[in-house]
Amino acid sequence: MAETSITESSLTAALTDRLKATHVEVTDMSGGCGQSFTSLIVSPEFVGKNSLKRHRLVNAALKQEIAQIHAWSAKCQTPEEWDKERAATGGSDGPPLDGTTGGKVDGVSQ
Amino acid sequence: MLSRSILSRQFRQTASATASLVSRPASSSLSSTPAFQSFFRATVAQRRLLSDTTRQAITKAVASAPVVLFMKGTPETPQCGFSRASIQILGLQGVDPEKFAAFNVLEDSELREGIKEFSDWPTIPQLYVDKEFIGGCDIIVSMHQSGELAKLLEEKKVLAVEEGEGKKE
Repeated sequence: MAETSITESSLTAALTDRLKATHVEVTDMSGGCGQSFTSLIVSPEFVGKNSLKRHRLVNAALKQEIAQIHAWSAKCQTPEEWDKERAATGGSDGPPLDGTTGGKVDGVSQ
Repeated sequence: MLSRSILSRQFRQTASATASLVSRPASSSLSSTPAFQSFFRATVAQRRLLSDTTRQAITKAVASAPVVLFMKGTPETPQCGFSRASIQILGLQGVDPEKFAAFNVLEDSELREGIKEFSDWPTIPQLYVDKEFIGGCDIIVSMHQSGELAKLLEEKKVLAVEEGEGKKE
């Protein structure tokens, strides 16, 4: 596949910059090849938007990046929702790992 | 997982009917030379615009059942963890196989790229209910967990009617 310079930190920087995210966690779930990422994004821009609209906002912000990687997963929360969840769980549960095997994505070579 | 085994045969049939609906070349192997070449031609071509033919085929696919999932692999043998998670959730929710269709994007490179543009969504799987785009795996999982998905499927009357316990194949 094409060379990518996409990393956890480049995605974090892009999300912080483009979505004014107040908190971002990006985790490489590729098992090393660096082409699958999962994320937790907290941004005030999500306020008043449903889940689909939030994801569309993220997809638009990372259009180039997502086109270059195999897998992308995101959890989009408003600062208020994130605070509430942290209070309820005693710490955020971080980026979603559904569809992965032990935090690593499978079948990405397809 | 009872619901899954009930659904699987129907799923498999629907999924294998896919290729004829959406595409011409029957080859599902990208490793054989002709298919490999056509894969690349298609990739270059759809950098421009979704062709009318592909758009029409996808429109038809989306309308082919009340619940439609575009996925990697088949419901029986998903080729990606996200597609697997999505199909499992639809099974757990008890979606009626009669009201469900799955399309394997790996069998058709035009569908694989075309559906991304059609839905304006960069990843597979993609779920449609009543021709409306619902979302990808993250959204399916979160709607499943919040109860929204159950509510939606109930409202759209696409759940299998329980006829006592354990309807066996």
